[in-house]
Amino acid sequence: MIEVKNIHKQFGDVVALEKVSLTVEQGELFGLIGPDGAGKTTLMRILMSLLLPDGGSATMNGLDVVVDYKKVRLITGYMPGRFSLYPDLTVEENLKFFATVFGTTIQENYYLIKDIYQQIEPFKTRRAGKLSGGMKQKLALSCALIHKPEILILDEPTTGVDAVSRKEFWEMLKRLKEMGITILVSTPYMDEASLCDRIALIQQGSLMSVATPQVMTKSFPEDLWTVRTRKIYNTSKFLEKLPSIISVNSFGQVLHLVTPKGTYTSDSIHQFLIKNGEVEIAIEPATATIEDVFIFLMNKPKEKS
Amino acid sequence: MITKEPVITVKNMVKKFGNFVANDNLNFEVYKGEIFGFLGANGAGKTTAIRILCGLSTPTSGQMTVAGFDVFRQTEKIKQNIGYMSQKFSLYEDLTVYENIRFYGGVYGMKVADRKAKTAEMLDRLELTAYENRKIGDLPLGWKQKLAFSIAILHSPKIVFLDEPTGGVDPITRRQFWNLIYEAVEKGITVFVTTHYMDEAEYCDRVSIMADGKIVALDTPEKLKEQYNAANMDEVFLKIAR
Repeated sequence: MIEVKNIHKQFGDVVALEKVSLTVEQGELFGLIGPDGAGKTTLMRILMSLLLPDGGSATMNGLDVVVDYKKVRLITGYMPGRFSLYPDLTVEENLKFFATVFGTTIQENYYLIKDIYQQIEPFKTRRAGKLSGGMKQKLALSCALIHKPEILILDEPTTGVDAVSRKEFWEMLKRLKEMGITILVSTPYMDEASLCDRIALIQQGSLMSVATPQVMTKSFPEDLWTVRTRKIYNTSKFLEKLPSIISVNSFGQVLHLVTPKGTYTSDSIHQFLIKNGEVEIAIEPATATIEDVFIFLMNKPKEKS
Repeated sequence: MITKEPVITVKNMVKKFGNFVANDNLNFEVYKGEIFGFLGANGAGKTTAIRILCGLSTPTSGQMTVAGFDVFRQTEKIKQNIGYMSQKFSLYEDLTVYENIRFYGGVYGMKVADRKAKTAEMLDRLELTAYENRKIGDLPLGWKQKLAFSIAILHSPKIVFLDEPTGGVDPITRRQFWNLIYEAVEKGITVFVTTHYMDEAEYCDRVSIMADGKIVALDTPEKLKEQYNAANMDEVFLKIAR
């Protein structure tokens, strides 16, 4: 279990974390979702006792990350955002090194990493620096797991990784969660949020929302529509002039239009678009995605000021 | 406007590193004014191909031209006629916004008056005029990426290569970035882009997908979805690359 209370961190004038509080339950797969610079890495580094907070406190399975930092390090596994294994050591040597540092052996906890490590075992004599991106990621996860941690902290493990490898990685996380490991994982990919038990949306050092992905998308407070036309870029420019519109954004082949609750019907939006000379229009009410929620919450403070 | 006039032609392109074939006989054309999506799994050979097309690496064999210039003999001409930006390298963090622009303007041999006029227009468009003297390192990532793109096309290149330009960027900035891409296309610039965001693949006029050094699919997003019986490009990608 991870408990974060009012954590504050500042670098010069830049506030990296502003009174962040959250709880990750035992055995939960918790996602920290936000763009680069939102404060995800800073929070993880504080939890890993690699950085001291300026205010607030945090505990990992009851251990204070400042006072009990040595014990915290023993019960946690950490995969930093940048590849940080030894490039000159082989795959096997890296794994052995991490096992030895934590006073254990590869054999003792092999069952934990078996699924993951088997995929890179054919290359165990290759130097870590010579591995492909996907293989490096698997080795880093194996090294983070080899001492059988109670809590796993993964900083953007899927950044820069292709869609196929990303799917595989999330399947691995799911299996680790089933073994009872508490996992805190960060990602800039909004579509990965639905794979977590609960998520926190983080932006500019503050948590905008914490909930299960399902609750977060279902409690979207306004009306959301998908709009399809032949030229969505032109349509989007025209929709910006729709009275009282909240936002219009492209989502791949469709537009997501957000309007105040109860203001429009698909017919009335249809009428508005016909005036633009659009012919083939398909409008449907839709359920928000995490990305819709994120965009909505990001725009919110601007409306107030 | 998309024409059928090719600005990049690739015929039988092969690149080997020792016994390893990174690009295995690639064939495609990129047309003037289109947004060409260049997708593929990690290690599929995308970066190798981009480096060749930017004149940074010599292919093993094939006939390739970029902006009308030969990739074997006219690499300097190619470099003058293209723009390039990536997620990893874009601008100099220790230089200010203005200094970065001046540096790139100088590298591309822009006339001072031309550079000044375009700089003013660009900073106004990005609403960054007030930040002219800020160091790049002090700017948020999203601003940096938009600025890096604008600088990459400041010298009005024929083609701009974008290597994962939106990685890690927030969802609003990501969309603003694509609006900048559309504006560049309206000015007649051809866009060659790689991305891991499959919704962005939908914004391309045509998309090619690489796997194991080969191009395994190349068409408009609509036709690819039809051909692979997929609801979106994410499904197409998973069906092809897995």
